Amino acid sequence: MVLKELVSVVNGKVLCGESHINESIEYAFASDLMSDVLTLRITNFLLITGLANVQSVRTAEMSDLKYLLFARGKKVTDDMIELAQENDMVIITTPYSLFKTSGLLYSAGIQPVY
Amino acid sequence: MIMVLEYKVEGGDFTQAGNVSSSVKKVLKQLGINPVVIKRVVVALYEAEVNIVAHAYRGVVTATLDDEGIRIVLDDEGPGIASIEQAMVKGYSTASKEVREMGFGAGMGLPNIKDNADEFTITSKVGVGTRLDIYIHYV
Repeated sequence: MVLKELVSVVNGKVLCGESHINESIEYAFASDLMSDVLTLRITNFLLITGLANVQSVRTAEMSDLKYLLFARGKKVTDDMIELAQENDMVIITTPYSLFKTSGLLYSAGIQPVY
Repeated sequence: MIMVLEYKVEGGDFTQAGNVSSSVKKVLKQLGINPVVIKRVVVALYEAEVNIVAHAYRGVVTATLDDEGIRIVLDDEGPGIASIEQAMVKGYSTASKEVREMGFGAGMGLPNIKDNADEFTITSKVGVGTRLDIYIHYV
């Protein structure tokens, strides 16, 4: 799915990385536990999380993933955006819950990592 | 080629957690190391770096790169680990609420470091500190 469509499906807002809006995303993983994210060997997936802090972005950096979707309308701080921009990442926010966000994206064809 | 990089890590300072891993990642990318290997190195290092921030007072990270691979030694001054066997069990953690709020502290870190490493040893002395020795081959 093209990122632009994905943003529309979750009624989201792109906070940084707009230049990647036409890229395709195939896989996603939803978790508030960064240690779980760090166990994944694949790269370049979408992380859906309700954990909005700098360590979420750091985890994305170490996991080689560049698409981050913050659910539950979580506040994304300037520090997080700065770090995401340094790493050429896309940050999207959605007012929807983690469950609703995941359900909508799964129905729209995004595949689970496992 | 032999390159030695040394970094200091302050315990308790979550705003800085990940800086060392980020720096090492940049060096490995510049050296043109395989991205799959880079991910294994930085995931292991990041987990270990977070452990120092979460549990120790301070620590020193020494990364030694040669033509074959990278060795990372993390030496911390801290409370140490009473039972390494127990600490290596998935799900066992002594992390604080603050650490858990950061998305860590679920007892996944040490096993994940071991999974990503080609060689991994951990030694610890209660009341003194902990040393992790991680080696990862480039191929």
